Amino acid sequence: MSKDAPSENKEKSYWLDRPGNVKKLIWGVVLICVLLVLSDFLYVRYSKYEIEGWAGFYGFFGFIAFTGIVLAGKYLRKILMRDENYYSKDFGDE
Amino acid sequence: MSDLALFSPGLILIVGGLLLPVIPKFLRPAFMLVLPVLGFAYILGLENGTSVTMNYLGLTLEYLRVDRLSLMWGYIFHIAAFLGLLYALQVKDTMQQVAALIYAGSAISAVFAGDLITLFVFWELTAVSSVFLIWASRTPSAYRSGMRYLIIQVGSGVILLSGILLYVNQTGSLVFGPIGIESTAGKLILIAFGIKSAFPLLHNWLQDSYPEATPSGTVILSTFTTKLAIYALARGYAGTDILIYIGATMTAFPIFFAVIENDLRRVLSYSLNNQLGFMVTGIGLGTELGINGAAAHAFVHILYKSLLFMSMGAVLQRTGTIKATNLGGLYKTMPWTAGFCTIGAMSISAFPLFSGFVTKSMILTAAAGDGYWGVWIVLLMASAGVMEHSGIKIPYFSFFAHDSGKRPKEAPLNMLLAMGITAALSIGIGIYPDPLYAILPFPVDYTPYTLAHVLTQLQLLMFSVLAFIFLMKSGLYPPETASVNIDSDVVYRKFLPALIDKFGKSVAAMDMAGRVRSLSFIKNFIGTVRATHGVTSPLASNMAVSSMVVWALMSLAVYLVVLFMAT
Repeated sequence: MSKDAPSENKEKSYWLDRPGNVKKLIWGVVLICVLLVLSDFLYVRYSKYEIEGWAGFYGFFGFIAFTGIVLAGKYLRKILMRDENYYSKDFGDE
Repeated sequence: MSDLALFSPGLILIVGGLLLPVIPKFLRPAFMLVLPVLGFAYILGLENGTSVTMNYLGLTLEYLRVDRLSLMWGYIFHIAAFLGLLYALQVKDTMQQVAALIYAGSAISAVFAGDLITLFVFWELTAVSSVFLIWASRTPSAYRSGMRYLIIQVGSGVILLSGILLYVNQTGSLVFGPIGIESTAGKLILIAFGIKSAFPLLHNWLQDSYPEATPSGTVILSTFTTKLAIYALARGYAGTDILIYIGATMTAFPIFFAVIENDLRRVLSYSLNNQLGFMVTGIGLGTELGINGAAAHAFVHILYKSLLFMSMGAVLQRTGTIKATNLGGLYKTMPWTAGFCTIGAMSISAFPLFSGFVTKSMILTAAAGDGYWGVWIVLLMASAGVMEHSGIKIPYFSFFAHDSGKRPKEAPLNMLLAMGITAALSIGIGIYPDPLYAILPFPVDYTPYTLAHVLTQLQLLMFSVLAFIFLMKSGLYPPETASVNIDSDVVYRKFLPALIDKFGKSVAAMDMAGRVRSLSFIKNFIGTVRATHGVTSPLASNMAVSSMVVWALMSLAVYLVVLFMAT
């Protein structure tokens, strides 16, 4: 992620503002992921559990767990989400 | 130092806090920063194995016990106190300054307490002093939240005290050592520790109160209370099986709340809860690797969690809001804060070369090594969850994401300095963990930087980033929404008050109905009496003498008739 210098100039354009650069970042992530999976074939790792030794296990697990957590959170909202003043309205402030 | 000259290390900060109001204002910043430095120097000079006791009311109180566990906690508490005070340097509120010093000092003294009574005294002092950091926000909601916090914290102290009394009664010993959960005393003390370390369902005071405190107040709060409880668990309940499962649950459930929470300091509070879970699991495992992992994780966690709260505090101070819905694009004018926040995010997510990488894996390795397959999977899933809420969500929605149009000034210099030092420590420990490993409770036989560990961890994290990109691009990622989410606190903030309200109302209704009934009964009765005996009623009217004679004659006649018929 870019760390541009601070600027008083509001018109200054930032590296991240250009959509092309965001695309570059995304493809960079994809490339790193592919390389990381390939790296699993280059060495033998000691694994306590069999499944842990499979190529790409950690990547696959990370992707699924992350997606699962976010989607579960999305559905949890239906049960848990309340209006922003849910608590404060009882007291008549805010 | 002769043993007689030794005192409880936290007293340096506590006495300093009490003296602060009489120190001239221009000297206070320097005075506050010197105190933790003095304290740190003092405990550096303490010898491992030192024990100092005193007799009070026939009890032997060991107010100073120095061993590897208390020393490690002492070091990090002093470092965190220094950084937190540096961050808070521009705060001119005497109440906050005094509260912060007494709070940090009492946590330090609690860690060096060798007996349960001393522990209890400082345990309660942390509760009573820290609530002022919440009240210092001076809003009605902070006041109410502080009240709830105080009730729960003091409640934990009361349970602790009853546990201690039972324990002393059963064992005859005041020494704070391994306690175990077999006895009732042990269970009570565990509950007291569990409240402060935010066990599932006992946790909600944390997410309720920390986001209500002042920007610097939250930074200081985030360090002491919960980590003091983790220390107490490590001391009293190492190897207690149930903690493994409690810890694993703690790593998992706060994640879901963090994902959907809009208040970014509350997201960090859930994330704090989740990190405590890793430590509790390590303590439950009870092996040398598990305890070392828990201690090391507490150490680095205090740093990166402070760093994250510092960056969000700076955002709150500069923009006046900490709601994800109102933020975004702040990297343009707060690049240093954004950079430090990203370092904190990468540390908590355990990227190689960052501090979380060299500690969290100790706990996972300990779990896998002991054959806890299910626990290991949960911890691994929780690690992906950490990447979500703290690794990505915090920096992304505040500093990047959609441009909120806000162009706040960069954080003040003292805040940047505090963040910079904390960030440097987080990276420093990540690159060179040996000094940290050297102060852990047990000798360390663990190598974090193996090819397999680096590559598998990178794979887990980068695929999490990939999943985030996928969810954002596909529109599946839930949008930030101005809202609150109910958690277990809804029971005592909504349901119980509603129940009491309902009960009160029904009692009032019954009471009202009873009164109406008896009133109308009395009214009817009076009406009847009035009708028969009132001023205008026949029984009360005056009668003329002639009519009296007629009445007397008539009754005489009736009497005669009756007498005649009877004979």
